[in-house]
Amino acid sequence: MKRFFAQCYIWLLLIVLYAPIVFIAVFSFTESKVLGNWTGFSTKLYSNLFTGNMQGTGSLMSAIENTIVIALIAATVSTVLGTIAAIGIHNMRGRGKQAITFLNNIPMLNPDIITGVSLFLLFVFLHISQGYVTVVLAHITFCTPYVVLNVLPKLTQMNPNVYEAALDLGATPFQALRKVLIPLLKPGMISGFILAFTMSLDDFAVTFFTRGTIGLDTLSTYIYTDARKGGLTPELRPLITLLFVGILILLIIINMRKMRSSNTAAE
Amino acid sequence: MKESKKIIEFKNISKSFGDKTVLDDVSLYINRGEFVTILGPSGCGKTTLLRILAGFGTADSGQVLINGVDITDVPPHKRPVNTVFQRYALFPHLDVYDNIAFGLKLKKVPENEIDKRVRKVLKMVSMNDYEDRDVESLSGGQQQRVAIARAIVGQPTVLLLDEPLAALDLKMRKDMQIELKEMHKKLGITFVYVTHDQEEALTLSDTIVVMNEGKIQQIGTPTDIYNEPQNSFVADFIGESNILNGKMIKDRLVEFVGHEFECVDEGFGENVDVDVVVRPEDIYIMNRLDGAQITAKVKSCTFKGVHYEMFVDTDKGYELMIQDYNAFEPESEVGLIIRPADIQVMKKERTCNTFEGEIVDETHVRFLGENFECKAHGLEAGEKVTVQVAFSKVDLIDHPEDGMLSGDVYFMLYKGDHYHLTIMTDDGDHIWVDTNDIWDKGDLVGINIAAKDIKIVK
Repeated sequence: MKRFFAQCYIWLLLIVLYAPIVFIAVFSFTESKVLGNWTGFSTKLYSNLFTGNMQGTGSLMSAIENTIVIALIAATVSTVLGTIAAIGIHNMRGRGKQAITFLNNIPMLNPDIITGVSLFLLFVFLHISQGYVTVVLAHITFCTPYVVLNVLPKLTQMNPNVYEAALDLGATPFQALRKVLIPLLKPGMISGFILAFTMSLDDFAVTFFTRGTIGLDTLSTYIYTDARKGGLTPELRPLITLLFVGILILLIIINMRKMRSSNTAAE
Repeated sequence: MKESKKIIEFKNISKSFGDKTVLDDVSLYINRGEFVTILGPSGCGKTTLLRILAGFGTADSGQVLINGVDITDVPPHKRPVNTVFQRYALFPHLDVYDNIAFGLKLKKVPENEIDKRVRKVLKMVSMNDYEDRDVESLSGGQQQRVAIARAIVGQPTVLLLDEPLAALDLKMRKDMQIELKEMHKKLGITFVYVTHDQEEALTLSDTIVVMNEGKIQQIGTPTDIYNEPQNSFVADFIGESNILNGKMIKDRLVEFVGHEFECVDEGFGENVDVDVVVRPEDIYIMNRLDGAQITAKVKSCTFKGVHYEMFVDTDKGYELMIQDYNAFEPESEVGLIIRPADIQVMKKERTCNTFEGEIVDETHVRFLGENFECKAHGLEAGEKVTVQVAFSKVDLIDHPEDGMLSGDVYFMLYKGDHYHLTIMTDDGDHIWVDTNDIWDKGDLVGINIAAKDIKIVK
């Protein structure tokens, strides 16, 4: 009996969690303009999305492009910065290390809106005209801590002498980094990259505050504006569904990588 | 030009981490082709010295020379030394072959030459068929063989080994010791080996350097170190020993355990306090009492495989450890003989505690960071003095908070009828104490000194 209730609870929880997205996914397969009206199964919205046969297609496509390009740049730069930072933090000792690790965690816990507003104020204060560049900078800022968090455990697991062993065998510090350190940190760097990519992809608040007034749109700001204009463009339903599936796949990849590495560690 | 025998030279190396001195003005040279072991307990500075030689650590002051060239500021990748690390430090993303070829590839050695050399060293460490194996799939012993192969393939002038066998089980360790010794002969290069295992050091080395507390205690061949330890630390650290207080009556005559013995030592002067070391296997034990130098009563007798280990109480109340092939029953009366050549006499490193102090007022003196009550002395306040306290006059108490000072038992030596303890105070000063009470290493203690036992010397 107890088991039954426990099961019910879990299912209830999952339903509440996933109902909205399932709802959108289901209604992405019908043509109705109003969400909630089932007018028969159709994949027309999907084909509209890809053939561009819809109103405001141009701006939606450029929003998608912006989103992906910004996410790629932000994830790449923050992977580089985060890895270097993690190596630095790892080699620190005592209080300094604790302090920096703590400071690294704050941006992740900080509400997006605060990060967004404070970056906005900073850019205004420094007279940096806001647009593409500021959005990219802002994304790098909040993505980097996630990379640090993913790379640090790899460094702790590593035998502390491997880097020295490389130097000992005649590698310059740079060669030791490239031929030994990076290959060993790669799993953490990839996880960090994927996480940074998804964080950038779904960001709204920070982008909203740092994009300025030049009309730059990412997917999230586009959807927000679109929804405010009176109703969601129907084609966004398949788009949201596809994005959800995409993120889901990335998450599954991350988890499988984690499982595999903990398996090999356990051996 | 004649090649110098010295290959490595440390000149006045000092190093501290924070306020802890790890190496204290260490000077040492190592001859070409030797197997040198740096031996000492953990924290004695031996690994730090090796890291300075490899270039992973820098000394606060002093110089390191290899082949007469100052390499103090040369980065590790440009030094003609290779290291075998304690936990192997193999590259887990490369297979056995690529691990070994790593250094050669960096040096742009031609492919077929690399191939030849990798195969040669693999054969040397008996790992011929393993080149394609993933290093993480190998056992500890195999990983260590690969690590050794990787270090010698580049033909370094000096091979450094940092406790390379510490992680292996006993049987494997013994096998590897023999292999290392053979490898040293075959390669003809200089080995610098760091270990805390005295037996390993005695087995492997041409020369042993014993270190403690950042200082070299003794340098010598294994037999020298074992038979003629220069101080009580070395005597206690290497092998089993009876370390006793003694008095050199005159040349070739020493008194200890309440008896006079002939010995072979000279030049200490007359009636000088000394430390005496007698190895437990060097005391002859017999059932006959006539003809014996000392009579004693057996307290305990334990079988140790090759020999029996016995503790006896001598007629004057000293406890001695004896090892013999024959067993003697507890409670039986025995006679003991010690031959002159088996008595090792050592200069005492210290005869009483000596501190620098300053007069506070008529009845107080300040030393070790505290004001101690003392007898009236008639000196001016502020005057710098030397304070002496006999080893037996320092009181140790269980509760650190009840003492003028607090510290922990850092090192202990049994001297036949009492313990000689080294107490490390919280400020890092040493106080030596003679006591009959039993303490354990690491015990926290309070330290008191009575006013009448504080001797002030101007």
